[in-house]
Amino acid sequence: MKKELIQDAELVSNYINGDENSLSILITRHKQRIYSFIYSKVYDRDITEDVFQDTFIKVIRTLKRGKYNEEGKFLPWVMRIAHNLVIDHFRKNSRMPKFHNTGEFSIFSVLSDSSLNAEKAMIKDQVEFDVRRIIEELPEDQKQVLLMRMYQDMSFKEISERTGVSINTALGRMRYALINMRKVIEQNNIVLTN
Amino acid sequence: MAKIYSHASPKNDNLKPKEETISFLLNYSKALSVISYNELKFEALLN
Repeated sequence: MKKELIQDAELVSNYINGDENSLSILITRHKQRIYSFIYSKVYDRDITEDVFQDTFIKVIRTLKRGKYNEEGKFLPWVMRIAHNLVIDHFRKNSRMPKFHNTGEFSIFSVLSDSSLNAEKAMIKDQVEFDVRRIIEELPEDQKQVLLMRMYQDMSFKEISERTGVSINTALGRMRYALINMRKVIEQNNIVLTN
Repeated sequence: MAKIYSHASPKNDNLKPKEETISFLLNYSKALSVISYNELKFEALLN
């Protein structure tokens, strides 16, 4: 084992001094170990190929820049780079998960595009406008509680503190606000659905 | 995390990179040139 380590160090040194063949020997010697390691984490050949390539690009750049400190630990160093790139890959993927179409079933047949088309956006705006108009019709105390609850996301505890009434009173005002809004909607046959 | 022994471990046959990848890396290394100027290092890829 130690003999191999010394050999790695010698190869690295030769490579840094311009012997490109030394790199070829190093890669050939360690490629299976590194590739298997990456694959054991990502279980995808294409991703493993990419990470393997990126690992050695880093290795090459670091060696050529003369930033490598030889301590007889070439392979652990390369494995560490590969490991960190695997983590980077998972971090990237967790932000934007990828869907793979397997051919028979497309995830998009059950997932819909959540962005609204122009017509639906207009209807949404109209509905929101109508709701605000109905809220304006409410008695002041009910309107106040409703606005705080629905538009400012306040808890009933916060609402009761702000308005100077008990929580039960605040709850009651909210309840009546909704009852009254429903009455207005029914009486005027307002349609509030998209 | 405990290994689930009911699942067969994936077979490690032929777990090695493609020849194209190795070839690319070796060519990349040959083409990469690092030039030092004062305390700066510049990388250049030569054709």
